[in-house]
Amino acid sequence: MTPGAADLRARAESASAHLPGLILSAERLAAVVAPGAHGLRRAGPGEDFWQYRPASQGDSARSIDWRRSARSDAQFVRDREAQTAQAVGLWVSAGQGMGYAGAPDRPAKGARAQLLALALGMVLLRGGEKVGLLGQPPRAGRAQAERLAQGLLAAQAGAGDGDAPEAQALRPHQRLVILSDFLTDPDWVAVLLARAASMGVTGVLMQVLDPDEENFPYAGAVDFRSVSGALRHDSRDAAGLRQAYLDRLAARRDWLRDRAQGAGWHFGHHATDHAPAVALGWLHRVLGG
Amino acid sequence: MLVLGPIGFAAPWLLAALIALPVLWLILRAMPPAPRRVAFPGVALLLGLADRVPVARRTPWWLLLLRLAAIAALILAFAGPVWKPVLQVPASGPLLVVLDAGWAAAPDWAGRQGRAERALAEAAAQGRPAALLLADGRADPGPLVLAPADTLLAGLRAAQPVSWATTYPDEPDALLADMPDGPLATLWIADGLDHPGRAALLAALAARGPVTVVPPSRPLRMLGLVEGEAPALMLAATGEAAGQDAPAILAIGPDPQGVSRELARLAPGAATGAGGITTRPVAIDLPPELRNRITRFQVEGDSHAGAVVLADDRVRRRKVGLVGDADRQAEGQQLLSPLHYLRRALAPGADLVEGGLGDVLDTAPDVVILVDQVEMAEAGELADWVEAGGLLIRFAGPRMAGFDRLIDEPLLPVILRQGGRDIGGALSWGDPRGLAPFAGDGIFAGLTAPADVAVRAQLMAQPAPELAGRTIAALSDNTPLITRDRRGEGQIVLVHVTANAEWSNLPLSGLFVEMLDRLVATARLTETAERADDREQPFWTPQTVLDGFGRAAPAEDLAPVPAADLAQGPGPGRPAGIYAAGERRVALNAGGGPVALAEWSGARVERRAETPGRDLKGWLLAAAALILVLDSLGSAAVARGGRVAAALLLGALLLVPPPAAWAQQGGGAQQGQGAQPADGEAAINPELIRAADEVALAYVLTGDEAVDEVSQEGLTGLSLALRQRTSVEPGRPVAIDLDRDDLAVLTLLYWPVTEDQPAPSPQAYLRLNHFLRSGGMILFDTRDGDLAGVGGPDMSAALRRLAAPLEVPPLAPIPEDHVLTRTFYLLDAFPGRWQGNPVWIEAPPAGAAAAEGVPFRQLNDGVSPVLIGGNSWAEAWAIDANGYPVYPIGRGWEGERQRELAFRFGINVVMYVLTGNYKSDQVHVPALLDRLRVEEELGP
Repeated sequence: MTPGAADLRARAESASAHLPGLILSAERLAAVVAPGAHGLRRAGPGEDFWQYRPASQGDSARSIDWRRSARSDAQFVRDREAQTAQAVGLWVSAGQGMGYAGAPDRPAKGARAQLLALALGMVLLRGGEKVGLLGQPPRAGRAQAERLAQGLLAAQAGAGDGDAPEAQALRPHQRLVILSDFLTDPDWVAVLLARAASMGVTGVLMQVLDPDEENFPYAGAVDFRSVSGALRHDSRDAAGLRQAYLDRLAARRDWLRDRAQGAGWHFGHHATDHAPAVALGWLHRVLGG
Repeated sequence: MLVLGPIGFAAPWLLAALIALPVLWLILRAMPPAPRRVAFPGVALLLGLADRVPVARRTPWWLLLLRLAAIAALILAFAGPVWKPVLQVPASGPLLVVLDAGWAAAPDWAGRQGRAERALAEAAAQGRPAALLLADGRADPGPLVLAPADTLLAGLRAAQPVSWATTYPDEPDALLADMPDGPLATLWIADGLDHPGRAALLAALAARGPVTVVPPSRPLRMLGLVEGEAPALMLAATGEAAGQDAPAILAIGPDPQGVSRELARLAPGAATGAGGITTRPVAIDLPPELRNRITRFQVEGDSHAGAVVLADDRVRRRKVGLVGDADRQAEGQQLLSPLHYLRRALAPGADLVEGGLGDVLDTAPDVVILVDQVEMAEAGELADWVEAGGLLIRFAGPRMAGFDRLIDEPLLPVILRQGGRDIGGALSWGDPRGLAPFAGDGIFAGLTAPADVAVRAQLMAQPAPELAGRTIAALSDNTPLITRDRRGEGQIVLVHVTANAEWSNLPLSGLFVEMLDRLVATARLTETAERADDREQPFWTPQTVLDGFGRAAPAEDLAPVPAADLAQGPGPGRPAGIYAAGERRVALNAGGGPVALAEWSGARVERRAETPGRDLKGWLLAAAALILVLDSLGSAAVARGGRVAAALLLGALLLVPPPAAWAQQGGGAQQGQGAQPADGEAAINPELIRAADEVALAYVLTGDEAVDEVSQEGLTGLSLALRQRTSVEPGRPVAIDLDRDDLAVLTLLYWPVTEDQPAPSPQAYLRLNHFLRSGGMILFDTRDGDLAGVGGPDMSAALRRLAAPLEVPPLAPIPEDHVLTRTFYLLDAFPGRWQGNPVWIEAPPAGAAAAEGVPFRQLNDGVSPVLIGGNSWAEAWAIDANGYPVYPIGRGWEGERQRELAFRFGINVVMYVLTGNYKSDQVHVPALLDRLRVEEELGP
């Protein structure tokens, strides 16, 4: 494991330590096709006892439950309830805008989003769920946390200010957690949500912002440039723009919230000057509820 | 010039530009600073927003103020501000510049020239005619003629101070005859000393108009020679504070290598002041050997002719004439001759002349020593010579003791009794007498008489009232040992014992030398003036002359100087320097004469401190630059926030790193270049230090790892064999990188030749050749003994290529009788891993023939520098870590025998290198043994 990944994992461990293992809400467990997190109420590979059934041709001698069989003349086989884990996909925006930190004592938005994603992933893994980055196979087990950390760090910063998840990477009946700043053109959100709805995928949109982006503390003559330099706005009175900016930001959030609720998703936002545990608690509540 | 309070402006019209400042204020105010640039991911949300109230951006007031201050400082600076300027009284009429050009003007000559030049330039600017009087007395200027001032500048710039004192024209009225009537302004750039004619000239000039005198800017120091019994120097200084330390006097002359350098530093003594001039005596207290080498004395830190005293005969060797009986010829009897002791004692510090009295007197000696002489034929001539200042030293002896008319003998300091006395002899009472302590104020003060000096016989003086006064050294019973009397200008000294060890052992002691030195040093050197009477040498030819700055130069076309003129000291036509007549040399020194400070009555003396005023231009420009730097920092702070400004400030500081850091970086870069580190100490291979400590065999690194390993193993094996079998106990072999390592401590260098070995650098070959010349040996091994000549790879080309730059003598196969065949083992072949190939060594010199009865010829008186073969010896010697041979040789027992012979060859080579031709010398052993046997047989 690279040092960066180890560091990220250590921070994520500490961020997620206070949360119990997360078992995803089983709201869709009833659907047979949608593998719930838990017992599928049919025989299959699993941990818990399901039923005794008479042994039939093809059952090996080892599978016979001799204690039960001894009470009668027939041989019985002990079946277990089929279990499977929910799969959760995590996606963290790697746009250049995510590398922004308004002050040196605050983490970059991207770093905070990665931390949240990994901490959430570890909570889920502790609950026995399958977790993976979007586009990679979800796996269970503690070793997956390490792969997650490496995968998150290995993501290359994009060329533009923002980026979007691949809609093709969605798998049916997944849970998806999208972490981004949603400051650039948000058309992809609508596309993604539409496709997700068609595939029975639900999830969470989480907007991670720097306090400077939330408050717009600028005044005087300022030449604003996006982090990649693609966009710029020259203002001679930044303080005068503040209200307009905040209005637009609120409009953007309302729009995202509407879309998310329309698709059965959740929308939340998080500022990097708040403790990550707050956002993590919210995610835990939303996904677990 | 515009004067505002204490500040004057040279170009006041420039101040008008200050009016532009308010305009600049408006312009600068209207030009806003650049906007801040901020990285902000939320720009997308800002796109299309319009500023609701575009705020007019203004430069902050403090930034404006900074810029205006910078511009104001620039304008003021170029307006030529001067702090407390001296207002030149507008002078009119012609200007006369008098420039003292003697040696006393040399110390700040450039400043004087500059002052005169300024005055002339001002006069030229005002259109005043001018005249220049260069007071060096070189040429009679005739009546001064006025000329446009700028035509005089060239002559002024070419003027140089001369090495004699400033000389003024004799008749001031004649000088000023052609001057027009009316006021004549005079600028007199003086050297501070009074010179003949100065007062008259001053009076004449003061009568014509105002006289401004520029005094010298720094005190003047002069060095002179005080002649007398003990010549000393006199340091005089003007304007010196009371407690000031005097500079040291440097005694300069050729050292034993003939290089002129500072031989000694003399410290001036206590100062006495009179009339504003401080004088300090400087004793020349130096051993005669050193003193005789000195060519000049110089005041440290002063460079003018007056601070230099050229040493001539007066401070140099005395010429001593020795008159005595001729030496006895036999070698052993020389020690009985009194002249021998005198010669040995005097030769280091004096020139000796020997011969008859007449001959000696003809050479004009400073001292004449008569050894046991009475009734001399030239006594009258000698008496005249003594009267004229000669020093006559007489030694007693048996002839004087036996002379029956000793009482009548002239030229003795005291009257002597006939016969002398014997103390401690066989027929006398008492013991030999020692010396009494020397008088504390006498000529021998400070010398200590060794306790073992004893006098067995002496000449006795007649008791007389003046005897005690004339005795300068006495025996312990107060009888005189040395007496002295002044006679005219000169003196006569009598030593009451012989100059050999017959009467006393005084001549055997160091005291004898010291006493003679003291006596001879009192001899007064013959005066120049007296020599001027010498009709044979009426002219003195300058040899070396000084210029005004005290620099010596050969006298090129100077005419010889009449002796009478020379006595008057340096002057026009006879600069300070060394003059020679025949064999005599005399120095003419600039300083040393009586000096007096000049008085300037009726003239305005310009004080240095007030002359130019303080120019403020530079300060203002610097202030403007500083303000502009502050402005740029401030602008950066406004535009980019504090961090950028801090970075700029940091960058500005880093632009000027401390010099030490540069030096370290430079050093690092130099070392980084690798191959040839500059500092040799760091480059010394620690292995070489070990090799210097113990004997170690060395091999050349070829760059081929396999070959190098074989060399290392082979030499390890040979070292082990040497340890086991011989008293040579080498350490681990040393690997030598020819390009880097010093070979000086090595003896044997094993050099395996490989095909692709790069040739060493030229420096490495220089070291190799030096190594060979100084007794080192290289064993070249081409390692191709199995293949050469049968079509295999032949290393001879590679060997030729590598060894071509070496100084290799003609080679020959090792002769059967070479010493190499018997330095330790007796060998007739030199096998290595291969055998049967010739081994080459320095060819025996042509004509070396076998001596009869000697088993080998006397060849190569030394060590052959190279040994060349192809037998791959290292492979034969090679052992591994466990001590087992690494490479097989031949087969079976035969092969092991060959390995043994290879080791024997190696041991022989090491012995040969270490002992040289020692074994060759052993040829004499049989003869020596024979002789011993014969003597033994004869003995009993």
